[in-house]
Amino acid sequence: MPECKYDWPAAADRHLIGTRISRVDGPAKSSGRAKYTLDINLPGMLFGKMVTCPYAHAKVTSVDTSAAEKMPGVRAVQVIQGPGKEIQWAGDEVVQVVADTEEQAEDAVRAVKVQYEQLPFLVNEAELSKAQSADRAAKPSATTQGDPEKVFNDPDMVVSDGEYGIPVIVHCCLEPHGHVVQWTGPQNIRSYSSSQGVSVYPAQFAEALNIPASNVQTICNYIGGGFGSKFSIDRWGVSTAQLAKQTGKPVKYLLQRSHEVEVAGCRPSGFARIKVAAKKDGTLMAWESDCWGTGGPAPSRGLELPYVLRDIPNYVSRFTSVGANIGPARAWRAPNHPQQALLTMSALDDLAAKLNMDPVEFFSKNADLAPQNLGKVYREELQKAAELAEWSKYWHPRGDKTPGHIKRGLGVSIHTWGGRGHASNCQLTIEPDGSVTAELGSQDLGTGTRTVIAIVAADTLGLPVEGVTVRIGDSHYPYDGPSGGSTTVGGVSSSTRRAAVDARDQLFAAVAPAIGVTADQLVAVGGRIQAKGDSSKSLTWKQACQKLGMKKIQTHGKNPGPCPNLISSGVGGAQIADVSVDTETGMIKVNRMTAAQDCGLIIDLKTAESQVYGALIMGIGYALFEEKIMDNVTGRMLNPNMEFYKLAGIGDIGELKVHMMTGPGYDERGVVGLGEPPVISPGAAISNAVANALGVRVPSLPLSPDKVLAAIQKGGMA
Amino acid sequence: MERFEYASPKSRKEAVGLLGSEWGHTEVIAGGTDLVGAMKDYAVTPKRVVSLKHISDLRGVRVRSGELHIGSMTTLRELMDDHAVKQNYPAVYEAVEEIHGEQIRNMATVGGSLLQRPRCWYYRLGYGLLAELDGKSLVSEGDNRYHAILGNSGPAKFVSPSTLAPVLIALNAEVALDGPRGVRRIALEKLYTTPTEPGQREHTLRPNEILTEVIVPHAAGVRSAMYELRQKEELDWPLSTAAVALELSGGTVRHARIVLGHVAPVPWVSPEASQALEGKTISEETADAAGQAAVRNATPLSMNGYKVQLARVAVKRAILKARGV
Repeated sequence: MPECKYDWPAAADRHLIGTRISRVDGPAKSSGRAKYTLDINLPGMLFGKMVTCPYAHAKVTSVDTSAAEKMPGVRAVQVIQGPGKEIQWAGDEVVQVVADTEEQAEDAVRAVKVQYEQLPFLVNEAELSKAQSADRAAKPSATTQGDPEKVFNDPDMVVSDGEYGIPVIVHCCLEPHGHVVQWTGPQNIRSYSSSQGVSVYPAQFAEALNIPASNVQTICNYIGGGFGSKFSIDRWGVSTAQLAKQTGKPVKYLLQRSHEVEVAGCRPSGFARIKVAAKKDGTLMAWESDCWGTGGPAPSRGLELPYVLRDIPNYVSRFTSVGANIGPARAWRAPNHPQQALLTMSALDDLAAKLNMDPVEFFSKNADLAPQNLGKVYREELQKAAELAEWSKYWHPRGDKTPGHIKRGLGVSIHTWGGRGHASNCQLTIEPDGSVTAELGSQDLGTGTRTVIAIVAADTLGLPVEGVTVRIGDSHYPYDGPSGGSTTVGGVSSSTRRAAVDARDQLFAAVAPAIGVTADQLVAVGGRIQAKGDSSKSLTWKQACQKLGMKKIQTHGKNPGPCPNLISSGVGGAQIADVSVDTETGMIKVNRMTAAQDCGLIIDLKTAESQVYGALIMGIGYALFEEKIMDNVTGRMLNPNMEFYKLAGIGDIGELKVHMMTGPGYDERGVVGLGEPPVISPGAAISNAVANALGVRVPSLPLSPDKVLAAIQKGGMA
Repeated sequence: MERFEYASPKSRKEAVGLLGSEWGHTEVIAGGTDLVGAMKDYAVTPKRVVSLKHISDLRGVRVRSGELHIGSMTTLRELMDDHAVKQNYPAVYEAVEEIHGEQIRNMATVGGSLLQRPRCWYYRLGYGLLAELDGKSLVSEGDNRYHAILGNSGPAKFVSPSTLAPVLIALNAEVALDGPRGVRRIALEKLYTTPTEPGQREHTLRPNEILTEVIVPHAAGVRSAMYELRQKEELDWPLSTAAVALELSGGTVRHARIVLGHVAPVPWVSPEASQALEGKTISEETADAAGQAAVRNATPLSMNGYKVQLARVAVKRAILKARGV
């Protein structure tokens, strides 16, 4: 490959990239100085509240807002879904009220009279036959390759079959969805929005409000969780802006917790009957799956099985989409992958057990069935994870045979993700006084985006991290893609690197005469601009910038751009769960989670590891606790709160061991996204560990005590 | 929540005078950790809220003639920190230790812990304590994974939510109730009742009474323990608890009092479990037999059969814990 101007520095020349650096906004966040959308309070601001539908499926027959309109403090009432509208899930928005105080708005919500005609509904889909008899199941789609039936009938094959499932869960962002909207002119608005895409919100507001997109400014400096659920201004964004216009005041509307978990994000479910066959040496030969799931009332695009090991020579994979009157599906961190991993890796782990084979060996053996030549990566990661998890010491064939009611087990899973950087624009400025700013219309989801931008710019300019001020979270900065698909780190690091290289080279040109060498003989290192190999010929950063006189340097870096090898796509990842199960109570304790994860060149090792820690914790949550519990009688969500919508707490997570794959074979791939991949495997790894401990499979997540005890009883252990 | 009038009396008498003769109009607030949430959910909609915070003699733990007197406004944290409690009533200490988190323990009171309202999700969603809709029991026909397995033959199928009550009942505690006609003292066990009609409450406190004190008898020679089973380590409601108070003679259980929590609409006193244990030495087998006896008459609903097993194990483990290692 020809040398490229924008390449990453060689390992020896990286002074910040790849080291452990604390997030630059850590002090602001931990001291409370960081302002989230929920913290924005503007003078004269009004508060919005929502009337929501209590029925899973209903038609609005009448709306009477007259009493609410007369209540103290009420400034405006807007019907969102009036008579004739058909509502598809409980919690859907019907009327919005704004008032001087939140309490007045809530009182007014209670005074709105809405009548509904209730319609038949379906809110649980675990039993496909019920969905079919309610006519809510679509025709199955199927993909096939080879002749699986022939393989299953081959007497030399080892065949395993089972049923597996993973329910609908919700995002449960700690900061709910919502906005504070202010009209700054007759055709201009500013929105403070809890958003994963500040650069794409203006167009959404503009279209809904019929104003020019250039008149809209969206600001989100900090976000309290999005996980894929905050790409749209949503219906409440439109109505909040309309009510702000109508009242002439800024309006704040953020969803209350119950509304947030009822409607602001569902991860689709997946249930499957799966049959797999391998040769006696463990070579995977055939796959057959009948899968179904729901992503809300609309048809879902379906789960793709088998997962990762897609090149099984013979397979048939069917999917049935079920329409259910739950909230609408939204992308949940690595959309569809956690479900696909749970279903696939459980079935394959059961097959490995039937083969009397160590699953780490089994997955290593079949790793070349993965696309993108990731086989080698998987083998290295499986080996590393096994070493860190002390696999050879703690793993045993199915069923912990030690006496007593506490059974320990280990389980493994692998995953994959793309993560190519999105479109990104970085404007980098070097002022004559030496200050440096990088401006991007990006946002930091808590992943470390601000920090990564600062590191790339500072590393390029030979400055400490504090030498660069990063400005993001505002749509007035240059366009940047929404943070979804683990695309942010690739996008912003590429655009920032390009902008910083150009700026550095302009500075070199400006100061070369003063230093007495040509510009191509200069390097920026340790806060100085100096001649290569001769530190006596140098200027401090400040002295160098003073040579600019009155003229600042301003550059614009773009992703994608030339030198595409700054970033790439496609990661693996292996995880091992170590659990103890109390067979008397069905309670599971996670002892340890181990993750070996690649993501190409790592900019900040510390925030990279933190992302994996967070993903493991989130994964333990959905493996053991999380479920959107829908009531067949009332059609409502029964746990729209954080009391019974259970998330993992500090005591539930055990020890977390994270190893990032770096060095030769990894770094030269350039930067690849990381936010999503590590959350894919925990469910499968934990389910497999429980099966290893007990000797029987608990077929579906969450692995709650009722299901664990039922599996033990069914398995004849009780 | 709905608008309400807030009263902050300085004396018990004044407090009692502010209460009404019917449920619904007035609620008493102690630490507020339950009431405020219930009001926000519109599960209760009082027109007047009477705070007991400024009645100074309702707070504190004292030992008087061998009995432990716990003021109803004593916080759970204060109860935990009391030397006499830790020393002589380990099960009480253990019960508070199981109530998470620290913020709750700092605000919640002993009286409030005993009189908190059930967590039944149908109740909290506004379907009433008996959770009936169009003549159907929502609990029976809907999702009852966390509901009662004992004492559930009537319309009430929620579980009593107090972690503290079973322990204090096992220790034969009494409560003092102040009303317009003075003070009455009843066994704590008798404070609880299973409602059969809409509008009835799950306790026998009268609408114009306040709970002022919990009195726990001298417990020298009593081995007490409690065991709680919940899914999460912290900040999670129990799925089942058991409290035991045992009097031993030699190695033999002379007298046993065994009370289960979170399995019935009331704290569930189990004479069957006591009988199974009395006259026996404590072993894995006898403890398990007591656990089995405790759930012999269980009538699980469609989704909560697993709680029968959990209750059995909680009883067994509480007994073994009381025995010590």
